[in-house]
Amino acid sequence: MHYTLRNKLPSTALFTTVDAVLNWGRLSSLWYLLFGTACCAIELMQTGGPRADLDRFGAVFRSSPRQSDLLIVAGTVTYKMASRIKRLYEQMADPKYVISMGSCSNCGGLFDLGYSVLRGIDKVIPVDVYVPGCPPRPEALTQGLLVLQEKIRKQRYLAREA
Amino acid sequence: MASTKTSAPVAFSDLLSALKGRFGDVVLAHRSDFGDDTVVVQRERWLDILQFLKDAPSLAFNYLVDLTCVDYFGQEPRFEMVVHLLAFESGKRLRVKARIPEEDATIASLAPLWRSANWLEREVYDMFGIRFVGHPDLRRILMYDEFEGYPLRKDYPLKKSQPRVPLLSPEREEEEGI
Ligand code: SF4
Repeated sequence: MHYTLRNKLPSTALFTTVDAVLNWGRLSSLWYLLFGTACCAIELMQTGGPRADLDRFGAVFRSSPRQSDLLIVAGTVTYKMASRIKRLYEQMADPKYVISMGSCSNCGGLFDLGYSVLRGIDKVIPVDVYVPGCPPRPEALTQGLLVLQEKIRKQRYLAREA
Repeated sequence: MASTKTSAPVAFSDLLSALKGRFGDVVLAHRSDFGDDTVVVQRERWLDILQFLKDAPSLAFNYLVDLTCVDYFGQEPRFEMVVHLLAFESGKRLRVKARIPEEDATIASLAPLWRSANWLEREVYDMFGIRFVGHPDLRRILMYDEFEGYPLRKDYPLKKSQPRVPLLSPEREEEEGI
């Protein structure tokens, strides 16, 4: 991120307030990429569905990486898919966040000994929140989103880091 | 389920004698466990035998259900091709096998007989490294081209990893033998 004013301004009430407003806007509109690689994607769909209802936190899916702020890596990542995920991640505009959903995406899961499976998406792209489970329940993924929102709330953009 | 069979299935003994009458002693072994008729045939006559099974009017195995391979590591010959056939008219099923030695891991391609064999043979080539003579397009089908080795061979290292993208951190502390 190459903003001229990025983290250059003093931590006065004005700039920290502007930061808080920016953060509030970002965390309340975490649009995630419509993307899933294996069975965890089924739970991801449930999370977006009416019962868990991720929309109430401002998180809706977008089908283009250019419009997405959040990549939820839902499922087993093969070496073949890892190159695609890396490209999708690079196509997303900053600021961007990644939730790793499920054991497979966290560390390879039960396919740890597979000849074709990447042992954790964090070997390829940086991850903000790990959600454990195989698969994580929709409640768990919702919790992961809330944890990410708290993380974003603490970020500084204009004011110097505290 | 309503039966759509239009001819009676050939008896296994008749099938064996038809093969013997046509090719001589090509059937190395045969079994009929739990109604699954199996013949093990000579690899050298593979294409001829399957052509006969497909074209002979009394047999007419016109559908290739499955084609795969088994690695009997430590045995000789090491690999075994397995083909499952179905005759639509009679509903008869047959399993045909042939052993393949490791040092000459080749067999005739069935793609000229059944088009469904094309991708199945590519998968066997990808996973076991069996070369199909006469296959129109023998390339890997699941793994990427840079992949080295044949992952379903029993001597493929269990923890070997061949990533395609640069990794931010190593996947394993050390490569452990198993
Ligand atoms: S963590 Fe479990 S549910 Fe999720 S993709 Fe892996 S195997 Fe499927």
